[in-house]
Amino acid sequence: MNNNFVKGSWQEILDWAQNKSINMLHYCTGCGAIELPPTMTSRYDMSRFGIGPAATPRQADLLLVTGYLSTKTLRRLIYTYEQMQAPKFVVGFGSCTINGGMYWDSYNTIKQLDKYLPVEMYIAGCMPRPEAILDGLLKLKKMIANGEADGYKRYEENLDFYHQNQEAILGEVQRTQ
Amino acid sequence: MIDIIYRIGHFVLITVFSMALGLLFMGIARKIVARIQKRYGPPVYQPYLDVLKLFGKDAITHGFIFDFGAIMALGGVIATLFFIPLGSWQLYSMEGTVILVIYLLAIASLGMAMGTVGSGNPQASVGISRALMQMLGYELPYLVILFALIYRYQTSSVWGLMQAQAGSFLNWNLFAYPLMAAVAFVVLIGMMGKKPFDSMIAPSEIGSGPVVESGGKYLGMLLLQKSITIIIELALFVNLFLGGAENILIFTFKMLIVWVLATMFGSLFPRFRIEDGIKFFWKWPLGIAILQALYIII
Repeated sequence: MNNNFVKGSWQEILDWAQNKSINMLHYCTGCGAIELPPTMTSRYDMSRFGIGPAATPRQADLLLVTGYLSTKTLRRLIYTYEQMQAPKFVVGFGSCTINGGMYWDSYNTIKQLDKYLPVEMYIAGCMPRPEAILDGLLKLKKMIANGEADGYKRYEENLDFYHQNQEAILGEVQRTQ
Repeated sequence: MIDIIYRIGHFVLITVFSMALGLLFMGIARKIVARIQKRYGPPVYQPYLDVLKLFGKDAITHGFIFDFGAIMALGGVIATLFFIPLGSWQLYSMEGTVILVIYLLAIASLGMAMGTVGSGNPQASVGISRALMQMLGYELPYLVILFALIYRYQTSSVWGLMQAQAGSFLNWNLFAYPLMAAVAFVVLIGMMGKKPFDSMIAPSEIGSGPVVESGGKYLGMLLLQKSITIIIELALFVNLFLGGAENILIFTFKMLIVWVLATMFGSLFPRFRIEDGIKFFWKWPLGIAILQALYIII
């Protein structure tokens, strides 16, 4: 029991550090990418909240999916997500990731990101302004600090569900393990 | 027995102090770069949070060589640290420490190289090959300077070279041999991989180079390695050109000034291609260093 208490407090410390320091991998194939440079640079400097860009999936904590995903890019997104190290978080960005947005009847894009990867939260809008992005990321920070952002655990628990959905639309998906 | 315990305590103290100071310097640099770009910037203590977070994350290994490379990189810089006087803090003083330090710093780079070979990522290989090529570029002028100084003061220990500049500040090598100090400053920027010479880590081009496959705990370890490397390189510059210092506070202050200047220079320039960087090192710094060395010898 004492051991559990120590473990719990250590986890709280780690959650606190995680919420103060987030490295973001922005998956910029959608049009939402255009809103990120102003969010990162001088106008709306996001680094004051401890959020910075990451160069590779291995170093990243947060996967920002900026806009629509064609089935071709979904495969790359899944590979990217599986290369990241837990704790890892996914944020859907723009209405395309929620319900397909303006691509609602496209034959070649996915409509709901939630079916393929565990999404912590969405930032709605087409496109969301930098203020909205910052607001969303601050909410994500709060979720991480409270230990509510547990998408990577959900992914492990419901691995079959996610794999089934991924394979239904992509056919075969390479798995590392 | 007491002596050994005292010495081990000293080891640990110096290592922890350098890690903490290096991380603080990195935080200060991020703030300075942010202010130059008209941003507010992350808090100064951000690197500490980064390290804490990274050690709390999962990490994936790419085999024994990958692990060993990371440990060798960290061990190499910690070993180097013991031969450099920090103020009056000094563990080993003997003839030849200048050359020893240069050798040991290379071990850290070779450790990184081993780690990248273990990871098998082509971008990591490109990054580390650029880092080693750049080392070839800046070590030549640096060695010319060091040998000239060794010849001038007839001692090859860092402590001795520092003592030789005692007395007035006009005895500092910065004022006695300003050209040489300028070359050493350019070399310092190259050593630390700051902006004109950061083609080995180029994040948008080769995905941060040697550390491309290191995530979680490995990245934390390499961040600590980087922080100690910064302290070593700054301490070497302060000892050789700013006359060292009699206590650690003044020494830290001098290191901070050099670091701030290097950061400011670094944030002004765009990135050299690797071959242009080496050409630059072998043209201007090497030429000036040789001129100054000839002046000292003749």
